[in-house]
Amino acid sequence: MSFSFLKFRKIPLAWLLLTRQPLRLAVAIAGISFAGILMFMQLGFRDGLFDTSVTIHKLLDADLVLISPRSKSSISMSGFPKRRLIQTLAIEDVEKTAPVNLNYLLWRNPENLKTRSILALGFNPSDSLLLDEGFSKKAYKLRNPSRVLFDKLSRPEFGPIEEWFLSEKKVETEVAGKRVIVEGLVELGPSFGADGNLITSRETFLRLFPANPTGSIEIGLVKLKKGSDPEMISRILNNSLPNDVRVLTKKQFIEFEKSYWKNSTAIGFIFSLGALMGFVVGCVVVYQILYSDVTDHLPEYATLLAMGYRLKSLFFVVAREGFLLALFGYLPAYFSGQILYSVIRSSTKLPIIMDADKTILIFVLVLVMCMGSAAVAMRKLVDADPAEIF
Amino acid sequence: MVKANKSKNNVKNLKTVSINNLSHFYGKNENKKQVLNDVNLNIDKGELVLLKGPSGCGKTTLLTLIGALRTCQSGDLTVLNNQLNGASRKTRQILRRSIGMIFQGHNLLRCLTAEQNVQMGADLIKGLTYLQRREIARNWLSAVGLEEHHKKLPNDLSGGQKQRVAIARALSANPKLLLADEPTSALDSVTGREIVSLLRKLAKEQNCSVLMVTHDPRITDMADRILNMEDGKIYSAHSELI
Repeated sequence: MSFSFLKFRKIPLAWLLLTRQPLRLAVAIAGISFAGILMFMQLGFRDGLFDTSVTIHKLLDADLVLISPRSKSSISMSGFPKRRLIQTLAIEDVEKTAPVNLNYLLWRNPENLKTRSILALGFNPSDSLLLDEGFSKKAYKLRNPSRVLFDKLSRPEFGPIEEWFLSEKKVETEVAGKRVIVEGLVELGPSFGADGNLITSRETFLRLFPANPTGSIEIGLVKLKKGSDPEMISRILNNSLPNDVRVLTKKQFIEFEKSYWKNSTAIGFIFSLGALMGFVVGCVVVYQILYSDVTDHLPEYATLLAMGYRLKSLFFVVAREGFLLALFGYLPAYFSGQILYSVIRSSTKLPIIMDADKTILIFVLVLVMCMGSAAVAMRKLVDADPAEIF
Repeated sequence: MVKANKSKNNVKNLKTVSINNLSHFYGKNENKKQVLNDVNLNIDKGELVLLKGPSGCGKTTLLTLIGALRTCQSGDLTVLNNQLNGASRKTRQILRRSIGMIFQGHNLLRCLTAEQNVQMGADLIKGLTYLQRREIARNWLSAVGLEEHHKKLPNDLSGGQKQRVAIARALSANPKLLLADEPTSALDSVTGREIVSLLRKLAKEQNCSVLMVTHDPRITDMADRILNMEDGKIYSAHSELI
C-alpha cells in the first residue's frame, strides 16, 4: 500500500502553483467563500421560511393525517365529516385517532384592546395532540370551558400574555367576541399564515366559532400501532374511504403545506434566484483567478509539454487547482454559515438550520462552480505552444 | 513505426538524427515563406554539434522540428529511429520524453524549488517510486554542483545556477538527444564555458547527442562539429553545402 502510494506520488504542482501567490489565493478563497455564504444565506432563509409554515405540523402527534381534498393549506382548510376518522379505526393497525378543528379567530390584545387574527386549534383534551410530553398536563386544564393555551412564541402584537401569565396575573381576554382565560403557555411559533396560535378544547372552539358544524373537523390525526407502515396504511385508507377525505402521512402533510407556500408565493423563486446570483458571482471569481493563473504560467505549461508531458496531465493540474479552491473556499463559507445561522436563529426565531441536505448541496454547487470555471480556463491551455518557447 | 525503420535501414541506428531534404514553410499562399530549404543533416550518437547562423536563418525552426515540437511538412526527419514526417501528435509527445531541451530563458517553473524542477524531468521515467525520482533529481543537482541549493526557488538563483538546473532537468529524464538554444547567451564567458564543458561531459557520460544553437564564439572549440546555417540551408564550417 505504502509502496503504491510512493510510486504514484507526484510533486503537488497544482498546490504549489496556487500557493506561489498567497495574495491571489487569499482573494480567490475570499471570493468563493463569499459566494458560498451568499448561497448558504439565501437557501437558509428560503428553507427557514418554509419550515416556519410547518412548525405546528411537525409537532402533531400523528402518523397519518386526514384532511379535506378541498383544503389548500393551513390558511384555507375545509372541513370533512368526523365519522371518516372513526372509520379509520376499522383498520387493525390504527391505534387511536384525534379530531381537530382549526380556524382563524380574532384575538383581542388585553393591553391595548386591538384585535388580531390568531390560529385556533380545537381538540379533545383527553386526546394526544402534540408530541410534547408535558402537554397532556396542560391540556387537562382545557376541560373547563373557555380555557385556552396561548403560544408564547406568538408575535408581541397579541399582548404581554407570557409576562402576565408568569407573574401569576389572571390573563383574560376575548376571542371572536367571547371571553376566554389563558390557562397555560405552549411553544409553537409563528408561521407564514399565523402570527400567533392558541389551543383550546373542541367544546370551547365550537362555542367560539358556532358556524362550524359539530360533526365537521378540519384535521384528523391517526396514530398507528408500533411497527406499522404509514405509507401502506395511507394507501389502504385512501382506497377504502370516500372521496370527501384525503389521507396523508405526516411527511406528506408537511410537504403539502410547504408546496403551497413554494408554489403560491414568490419566496422560493426570490431566494433561489439569490442563491443563483451567489453561484454566478463565484463562477466569475474562480474563472478570473484560474484564467489569470493559466495565462501567467503559460510558458511553464508549454515547457512541460515540450518535456513530454501530455496536455491531459496539464488539464488535471488545472482541475486539481479548481478542486483545491472549492475545498478552501467552502470550509470558511460553511463555518461562517453556521455562525450566521446561529445569529439569525437567536434574533429572529426563524428555524434556519445547517442540515445535511444544505451542506451537501452547497458543497456540490461550490465544486461545480470551481470545476466548471477550471474547465473553461483549460481552453487557454490549448494556447500553450511548446514550439514557441524556444 | 520504430520496428519498420529498424528493418529498413540498420545504419540509421547509429544516427540519433537523420535528415534528408527537409523543407519547412510558414504562412499560406502569397504570405508563404520558406525557412528550411532541402536541409540534410546527420548527428551521431554522443556527438556535440554546434549550429551557428544569423537570426532568422531557420536554426530555431530546425531545432523545434528535431524536438518534435512542430509537424514536419516535407522531407525525411528521423529522430531516435522515429520518422517524424506524418507522425501523430501522440508519437511526437512520447518521443519528446527522450529528448532533453535547454532553453535560452531557462524556463524553470517558478513555483518549484531547484530539486522539484529537476524532478519534473525525472518524473517522466516510468516505473520509479517518488523517492527514487527524488534521488535522481538530487544526484543530477549534485552533478551540476548545486546540491546545496536544492531548496532554492529559481528567483533565488543566479543566471548560471538557473542554467545548471535547466541542464540537470534536461538530463534527469535520461535523454538520448539534447537540444540547446543559446544556453550561454545570458552568461559571462567563464560561466558560459563552464556550462558547456559540463554539458559536454555529462552528455558524453550518457552517450547523449547534443545539438546546440549558439552565437557564442567562446565555446566553438568544445564542439565535435560546427555547422553554419544561412537562408534555410546548412553548410559545414568550411562553407560547404551539406
